Amino acid sequence: MTDDKKKGKKKKEKIPRQKMAEQDPKERIKNFNEVPFGFNEEQARLEATRCIQCKKPKCVEGCPVNIDITAFLALIKEGKFIEAAWKIKEQNALPAICGRVCPQEEQCEKVCVLGKKDKPVSIGYLERFAADYERNAGEVKIPEKRPKTGKRVAIIGSGPAGLTVAGDLIKLGHEVTIFEALHKTGGVLVYGIPEFRMPKAIVQAEVDYLKALGVEVKCDVVVGQSVTLDELLQQGYHAAFIGTGAGLPLFMNIPGENLCGVYSANEYLTRSNLMKAYMFPEYDTPIIRGRNVATIGGGNVAMDSARTALRLGAEKSYIIYRRSRVEMPARNDEIEHAEEEGVEFHLLTLPLEYLADEKGYVSGMICQKMELGEPDASGRRRPVPIPGSEFKMEVDTVIVAIGNRPNPLVPKTTPDLETHRWGGIVADEETGLTSKPHVYAGGDIVTGAATVILAMGAGKKSAMAIHKELTGEDLAVTSKDAETDEE
Amino acid sequence: MGWQIVKKRQLGPVIYRLEVMAPEVSRKHKPGQFVVLRVNETGERIPLTVADKNPQEGTITLIFQVVGKTTMLLRDLPEGGEIKDIVGPLGTPTHLDKFGTVVCVCGGIGTGVLYPIAKALKDAGNKVISIVGAQSADLIILEEEMEAISDELNISTDDGSKGTHGFVTDVLKKILDSGEKVDLIIAVGPLPMMKAVANLTRPYKIKTIVSLNSIMIDGTGMCGGCRVVVGGERKFTCVDGPEFDGHEVDFDNLAQRLRTYKEQENLGREAYKCPEHSHDEAK
Repeated sequence: MTDDKKKGKKKKEKIPRQKMAEQDPKERIKNFNEVPFGFNEEQARLEATRCIQCKKPKCVEGCPVNIDITAFLALIKEGKFIEAAWKIKEQNALPAICGRVCPQEEQCEKVCVLGKKDKPVSIGYLERFAADYERNAGEVKIPEKRPKTGKRVAIIGSGPAGLTVAGDLIKLGHEVTIFEALHKTGGVLVYGIPEFRMPKAIVQAEVDYLKALGVEVKCDVVVGQSVTLDELLQQGYHAAFIGTGAGLPLFMNIPGENLCGVYSANEYLTRSNLMKAYMFPEYDTPIIRGRNVATIGGGNVAMDSARTALRLGAEKSYIIYRRSRVEMPARNDEIEHAEEEGVEFHLLTLPLEYLADEKGYVSGMICQKMELGEPDASGRRRPVPIPGSEFKMEVDTVIVAIGNRPNPLVPKTTPDLETHRWGGIVADEETGLTSKPHVYAGGDIVTGAATVILAMGAGKKSAMAIHKELTGEDLAVTSKDAETDEE
Repeated sequence: MGWQIVKKRQLGPVIYRLEVMAPEVSRKHKPGQFVVLRVNETGERIPLTVADKNPQEGTITLIFQVVGKTTMLLRDLPEGGEIKDIVGPLGTPTHLDKFGTVVCVCGGIGTGVLYPIAKALKDAGNKVISIVGAQSADLIILEEEMEAISDELNISTDDGSKGTHGFVTDVLKKILDSGEKVDLIIAVGPLPMMKAVANLTRPYKIKTIVSLNSIMIDGTGMCGGCRVVVGGERKFTCVDGPEFDGHEVDFDNLAQRLRTYKEQENLGREAYKCPEHSHDEAK
């Protein structure tokens, strides 16, 4: 951009960060439709124009998969929406998903230069816009595939990590098979995140895209039970990637936790999202539609649970969290959405015990008030009980959303796969290579419960490492060179 | 493209036997393990034990009792029809060893679950004494099969229409008091039956294994819906079980948890039986 043009821009009125239209809170708690509506074309072009096209864009560095952000924003500004989607897809095979669930406020938008004096560019909303536009226009491009390498890779788990590895490796000419334990693909995208945040049709479209590229998908296969990792390697797979996620629910081990009506968030959300229990009896899987629902926890999963409870007809939906608002790990957007919808936040509160009615259902809980003391291992201030502050709350459903650990099934049945004491697979930070030759791992199974985009970033790194192992070609070096050339 | 039903037979008034084409499951399956299945797109996921298998043919045998909508849907699939999803084998297999003399106690549909376990125990060199019970003679299943693999077979019916007039626990007590040295007891059947067997054998201090039938969704240990309390600790039936030490299981908690969705289950069952009626209700 020349100096004259910059001056010209300053004279014009500064474009404010465009607001994304959303469903009205009172309306949206009656349905499971997506809450944000997405930008229209005018908003998208306006917002993209705000980008000042930095020479050394910090946003690209801030992105765990290094999307060429300034390039796709420039394309949107020019009205080339489909090209913008293709540009994103050079680095990120799942933009419709990232545009919806990435914590951009912690990543690209956090370091956006505009954010210093103004609001950052809405990179996330624009990524979503481009991806949705391409999908709706039916213009999904099948990129040129490299010649077949003759190598086969087994991917275990069809969540964000596995899908990313699959997308990258298929384009490089490898034969790729995804093994998924559930009857639907997507992992946490389909069982964990509700329809109103992650429409399942979008997840399906992304998986269909991978299938169109030639990825083979086998559902109903539990690696570790239906077939072991060693058997897969013996069957002719040259390498494997483990992306089995953090699917082991944590409980508090307090009295009453096994009463009817006390759910792990995994169970509650799997019933609602994967099995569509919110459509009972059209779908057969039941779920308790509590009137007074308490969700224990302060992360995104807790927000999803509490908001689902409202949509299932709860009169009262509570968040019970032992620290304060500042320490809550959930995205600010999602906390706000929950507040707008009427979720009641009981902060600095810890459940001690669940009470039962005569039929064995939870009917109440005893809680204690907390105050914040010194920081603990996570760096957050430790909650300390206030003596004598116990009180009783009436609840008929409890959702325990205090976190998940890595699912132990694959490590348990693969003796030479080294794991940490807490269950995560030991894997090289740069490549994801595990203690077992030819076997890589990434995502929540390595880090513990984290985010979709971090899983994708790990998937990208492992894909490059697997490609290097199988062919000798080092793409990590190539892409770094390419970045320098562009500058 | 689902799992094809190769053979369908009715074993009793509400009990059916299906042979299903599932080659990988058939090959991998060990006694004590089960599968989780989904009949159609809107269906639930339910666990069913693999009662038998033929790895050469690539088939598994499922024996089930019709109790609710999903088992009604399953019953109504024709030979040649398809089950949409089957995943397995799941669960920890039965711990097999040469224990000595094992008494296998089963009630009603539990016989379908116990048969592969009893057969494996016999193959492992144990003396197998079987007690097969039911409410009445027409609810006794797999009698020939159990006869073939047992050193001794006892039948009991609540109404006396076949074998001993009484409960399986009556027959078991007689065996335990007879002086026969029993090294292990395995009991599979309705929850009250397993609880009664465990209570009976506790003073005799003989290890008693039960196979639990918790409600399940994924079957891979990721949701905790199937959790049971064993020895005061939380265990998942789908990965730690389905077999547990009967003397340690909190049967009362499991019985309560099994009733969690009684209302919805009744609704689903009634709606399936009378589809016109349910249409009116939906209005």
